[in-house]
Amino acid sequence: MGLLGEAAVVGFAEHRHERKYTGPRKFTIEQWADLARLALDDAGLSASDINGIVCADIRESGMFTPATIVEYLGHPVNFAERIDLGGASAVGMIWRAAAAIELGICDVVVCAMPARPIPSNPTQRPVDSRRYFGASSIEWGSPQAEFDIPYGNVAQNCGYAMIAQRYAAEFGYDSRAMAKLVAHQRANGAANPNAVFFGQPVSIEDVLASKVIADPLRMLEIVMPVAGGNAVVVASREVASRCRHRPVWVTGFGEHLTIKTPTYAKDMMQTPVGPASRQAFAMAGVKPADIDAAEIYDCYTITVLLTLEDAGFCAKGEGMEFINDHDFTIGGDFPMNTHGGQLGAGQAGLAGGMTQPIEAVRQIMHRAGDLQLGQCDTVYVSGTGGVMSEQAALILQGD
Amino acid sequence: MNFDKPLPVPTPTSAPFWDGLKDGVVKLQKCNDCSVWVFYPRSRCSNCLSEALEWHEVSGAGALYTFTIARQPTSPHFASEVPQRLAVVELDEGVRLTTTLVNVADGDIRIGMRVKPYFEPASDEITLLRYQPA
Repeated sequence: MGLLGEAAVVGFAEHRHERKYTGPRKFTIEQWADLARLALDDAGLSASDINGIVCADIRESGMFTPATIVEYLGHPVNFAERIDLGGASAVGMIWRAAAAIELGICDVVVCAMPARPIPSNPTQRPVDSRRYFGASSIEWGSPQAEFDIPYGNVAQNCGYAMIAQRYAAEFGYDSRAMAKLVAHQRANGAANPNAVFFGQPVSIEDVLASKVIADPLRMLEIVMPVAGGNAVVVASREVASRCRHRPVWVTGFGEHLTIKTPTYAKDMMQTPVGPASRQAFAMAGVKPADIDAAEIYDCYTITVLLTLEDAGFCAKGEGMEFINDHDFTIGGDFPMNTHGGQLGAGQAGLAGGMTQPIEAVRQIMHRAGDLQLGQCDTVYVSGTGGVMSEQAALILQGD
Repeated sequence: MNFDKPLPVPTPTSAPFWDGLKDGVVKLQKCNDCSVWVFYPRSRCSNCLSEALEWHEVSGAGALYTFTIARQPTSPHFASEVPQRLAVVELDEGVRLTTTLVNVADGDIRIGMRVKPYFEPASDEITLLRYQPA
């Protein structure tokens, strides 16, 4: 069952993370083309090589998104997918691209996620208060609109906070361990020129002194929104052999969805990344102990804690102890989120979830500069969408 | 900016639940085929997908499963409710629901504590199901 490891990430592109984007404004579709070209250049491929795309929503088209992008790029494709998995979208894109390539229906797939602001619309429209509900659906007939939003269960902070509070009640809570996690990731991010917190490490005390947003989550345990955007190119073995960089094979993946709102999770402490990760490890024939680095989706500290446990790096309930026992920095015994994670590098919308696979690729390609790990051939990557609603995992490997 | 709070708009499926709250009663669906309690209201059982769901009046009592105190509004609509005492309650029938806690001091909130309904009329049509210590 699963992938044979015959498709590889061969190139990537990153729009620099910026708290406030000051460059020229472009539409999402234009940013898509920019990122596609950058990623193809990085791989050493040309536009005419594209025969597959994987996208998420774009601002300029509510429907027929893949066709809109394909038309704009000017090259027909045999494979086009639109992914709707929130922060897990990037991981979902990469395994779908690899699967399509192994099926033999395409051999160069671009996956892109633009995340810079678009031009201001000269046609002024009134502010629609519904936009504040974000990913929470306010449409009539939506269970969320009827049973969650009216109580104020809106957006992400409160959902993750309630998961963390439940964790505390079942297993205990160590605020210093969570603060250490942030401090180590920020140390990595401080050395990453693309990170919004480049040159800005924080101490455990800084984290503990930051204000509580939703108990027990403090401000520095929550990602900083930034502008950015990312893309990767996934290609077949034959194509990879003529690309510029060491191919990064997609050898395992898993994806698992359970709920939209954690209130309705059968067990709030067993997150979907568990089944997703077990499948990914089994497919790749790799054990958690075999990895050289972990790039774990980190919208909040609690997300990382539960992923460390459910993906099998430690037992359920022992995550805090695991954090206290390990060093997550470059040069540490468990290098994790070596680019700083999203807590250290910033979260560029859905593209935030692509920073983790790109960092894995950069490490395996040996292109991480000051952040380069000595030995890096096997990396675990996770993606998380919604409020631990939909999660996905990858095993990426170099030859 | 001031925004009206979003209120539920009952559907043909959920109307008995909201009608019950207006009368100060909690009603839940139970599946006649697999005996599982179902929440939120559905047209089919969330365990076996049977259509044989029947409404039952229940006490509404349960235990606090988890909570948070949101110190910044979760959206601008709820600015007047800050700090928002958001909670998940597990009813004695085993189903969980989203709610907010009332009539309790922040320091007295404990996961596992017994809670009971507090029916709060929010409009002529809608009564919200908030929770308070039992």
